[in-house]
Amino acid sequence: MSNIEHKSANEWYVSRFRTFEDKLNGQSKSFLHDIRKNALVNLAELSFPTNRNEEWKYTNVTPILKQNFIPAMISTFPKIKKEEIKQFLFKDFDYHLIVFVNGLFAEELSTIGNLPKGVIVGGLNRVTKNNPDSISKYINNLSKIDNAFNALNTAYSYDGLVVIVPEGMILEKPIQVLFLNTSKDDLVLSVPRNLIIAGKNSQVSVITNYRGYGNKTYFSNIITEVYVEENAIVDFYKIQNENDESFHIEKVQAIQKKNSVFNHYNINFGGAIVRNDINTLHDDQNIETHYYGLYLAHGKQHVDNHTFIDHAKPNCMSNELYKGILDDNSRGVFNGKIIVRKDAQKTNAYQQNKTILLSKTATIDTKPQLEIFADDVKCSHGATVGHLDDTSEFYIRSRGVPQELAKSMLIRAFANDVIDTIKIEPLKEQLNHMIFEHLHRVEIENKV
Amino acid sequence: MNEIEEKKTISTETSSDDMKVLDDLTSSEYKWGFITDIESETAAKGLNEDVVRMISKKKNEPEWMTEWRLKAFRYWQKMEEPNWPNVHYPKINFQDISYYSAPKQKPKLNSLDEVDPELLKTFEKLGIPLGEQKLLAGVAVDAVFDSVSVATTFRESLKEKGIIFCSISEAVKEHPELIKKYLGSVVPYTDNFYASLNAAVFSDGSFVWIPKGVRCPMELSTYFRINSQDTGQFERTLIVAEEGAYVSYLEGCTAPIRDNNQLHAAVVELVTMDNAEMKYSTVQNWYPGDKEGKGGIYNFVTKRGACRGKNSKISWTQVETGSAITWKYPSCILQGDNSVGEFYSVAVTNNYQQADTGTKMIHLGKNTKSTVVSKGISAGFSNNSYRGLIKIGKNAEGSRNYTQCDSMLMSDKCGAHTFPYIEVENESSKVEHEATTSKIGEDQIFYLNQRGISTEDAVNMIVNGFCKEVFKELPMEFAVEAQKLLAISLEGSVG
Repeated sequence: MSNIEHKSANEWYVSRFRTFEDKLNGQSKSFLHDIRKNALVNLAELSFPTNRNEEWKYTNVTPILKQNFIPAMISTFPKIKKEEIKQFLFKDFDYHLIVFVNGLFAEELSTIGNLPKGVIVGGLNRVTKNNPDSISKYINNLSKIDNAFNALNTAYSYDGLVVIVPEGMILEKPIQVLFLNTSKDDLVLSVPRNLIIAGKNSQVSVITNYRGYGNKTYFSNIITEVYVEENAIVDFYKIQNENDESFHIEKVQAIQKKNSVFNHYNINFGGAIVRNDINTLHDDQNIETHYYGLYLAHGKQHVDNHTFIDHAKPNCMSNELYKGILDDNSRGVFNGKIIVRKDAQKTNAYQQNKTILLSKTATIDTKPQLEIFADDVKCSHGATVGHLDDTSEFYIRSRGVPQELAKSMLIRAFANDVIDTIKIEPLKEQLNHMIFEHLHRVEIENKV
Repeated sequence: MNEIEEKKTISTETSSDDMKVLDDLTSSEYKWGFITDIESETAAKGLNEDVVRMISKKKNEPEWMTEWRLKAFRYWQKMEEPNWPNVHYPKINFQDISYYSAPKQKPKLNSLDEVDPELLKTFEKLGIPLGEQKLLAGVAVDAVFDSVSVATTFRESLKEKGIIFCSISEAVKEHPELIKKYLGSVVPYTDNFYASLNAAVFSDGSFVWIPKGVRCPMELSTYFRINSQDTGQFERTLIVAEEGAYVSYLEGCTAPIRDNNQLHAAVVELVTMDNAEMKYSTVQNWYPGDKEGKGGIYNFVTKRGACRGKNSKISWTQVETGSAITWKYPSCILQGDNSVGEFYSVAVTNNYQQADTGTKMIHLGKNTKSTVVSKGISAGFSNNSYRGLIKIGKNAEGSRNYTQCDSMLMSDKCGAHTFPYIEVENESSKVEHEATTSKIGEDQIFYLNQRGISTEDAVNMIVNGFCKEVFKELPMEFAVEAQKLLAISLEGSVG
């Protein structure tokens, strides 16, 4: 296959490291730099995944590797003004705003506002300088480097979202994180390195909002680590709307402790090739995990969602619902893996993947996968693929609704199962709007 | 659906009494283990072109057949042994296997009287209705005894209808045009590692050809029996149903106790033309190894059917209780418009057995339909995987698939896994997949106990209920045998 591209991509990214290192100034002494240097070794050795790799069977990354992206730290891109970001924000509710441009913290654009004592919300670079002890034990501790994309992120990790909520703290307002990505002359590689630590009995809600500005190609390669300590509740929203020319890869690695709850919402609109890996490890008992996903694709988009829940301990439950709407020549991939380990008795694990194909040329490859080693469990998964229901459409049209609107109604109803689980009301409506905007379909009036 | 799931999944603690009963039950020995003392002619171990030529020569095969085998062998040499299945076993030394074993002296026989009485006794022990029973059971049997057909019954009555039912080696000689046309047309010799190996060294097997418009009046059946030590059995079955024909074929197997692992790499090819229908049922009960997981048969089989014609139908039903390792995916290629593929499976693993089985449904024609019902039961230390592929091609307008795979776990040391692949390239089609995994319902056991039914009977009842959807697809005689087999395989496995 594309071995040449794969190999030269490794070489290209390794060769940029020296320039990157020079830019770091005094910071090449920090603990983060050791992590980077180790990752660089991995980057030289590990290959980028090919279709021969079972986990990447349906996703061909060659188009990403054909381009020589330049890490944001050593590339040039236009400055963003404060008024320009407004259009990308979710509005009508209170939030702490933190903005990253190409993965680098943009203080002048952020309005973090007042935070309760002990709460840290900021850029990784800043936190590494000011509070190294608060993160040194956590960063790169969960995510293991298992392919060249992870190695690439880790080798160039410099900035990214850090949220630390101390024990017993409940953060009332959600944190809205805008990751604005843009390229002009250079093809920019942004490598945000995100870390969320929710201490015991704490509660936090984070909305990561990935947006593309302009229509030039860029590449977001993200790693997010989430620590959910005892009794903590974390709502993690990811809304991805990169531009249609760009590539987006994110790996989320979460660990949960006793009695904790982790809700992951994964809404995908944009990107030419998108790959999400969402992995959660249950490290103790009575844990609850919910995954909700919605992916919409049109044109030639390729959206790949890989989810994994590792039920390592007894008495936990997980619930997963992923829905896809695929139009034009787009392709969707879903792989939902659940492992129930030997000792994880009394596990309840449910998973569902439903996909609707709106055009003759859209395709879906779905693989729900259960691996169960304990006997006292209740596990199920379901997967369906189909098209909009003809009889329902006929019924709506017989009431005098035009065809296009009837279709939109059915699409909205289909997506609603996922959208409805979102806890922030204003977000729901704005997402509904984005669905129709993205699929270029007639929108339904909000008022009933 | 919910209600059923609920019933299956609720559980309570098992009392230690139950455990004891179960332990007693699981410890039962393999019931069909006996070795027939018949002189057999076995080739020396090892595999090379000469061995392939020798096999071909032994069977008096024509030149083109020898060439085909050699092509397959040369191709096989370049292939790598697959390692993707979810099974683990020591590497097979393909040079340490003898590739040919035939009962010595095989004169052409016309009636049962001429058959070696030793052999007949073995068949009787297995309950094969040769001799007197053949009429009662109404089953025509092409008995395969370590690779070579010994006697074929009912040939005459089938002949009247124009049906050909004989061993592949006979067919090669007597119906070369059919063999040339169909052999390897569904599973080419390049298909996979074990199919190539089979193509090179296949010993014998059955050939069935049903002419246009004929409905085969009886269930056809072959009993396989692996007998000589250390001989891998490489069966090859080819069944062709011409336009509007119908046939139901049974395959059932038992094998004696062995210490050395025996390799079995069979190939089954089915072809149905317009409006033809075929039903292929298997009960597989080969030696699964002892309680420590020692010995047992490696069963690496390639089974595939092609619905070539319009409105044709192929239905696979399998009950897999034996073998140390089972690795097979009876598949359907739905080429003809409106063709139908079905797969019903019960796979039971106990002790250290491993099974990686499932199906592939390849929808190519318009309005093709497929149904997959798979029931996996794991007990002891075993691992049971369902692996399936549903592929809807671009032109398969209005296709439909329904898949249901349920697993039942009987101990806390076993595993149940599902790896379903669904690939859809056509928006007008509909695919549904549903899977559940749960423990055997202990409240159900309790309920039955309370009515005076012993735990082992209760387990049997529940398991039979769990598998009912599949059993009802089996022909009558098989259904009874399958239920018995299931009971034996699972004796005492709830814990």
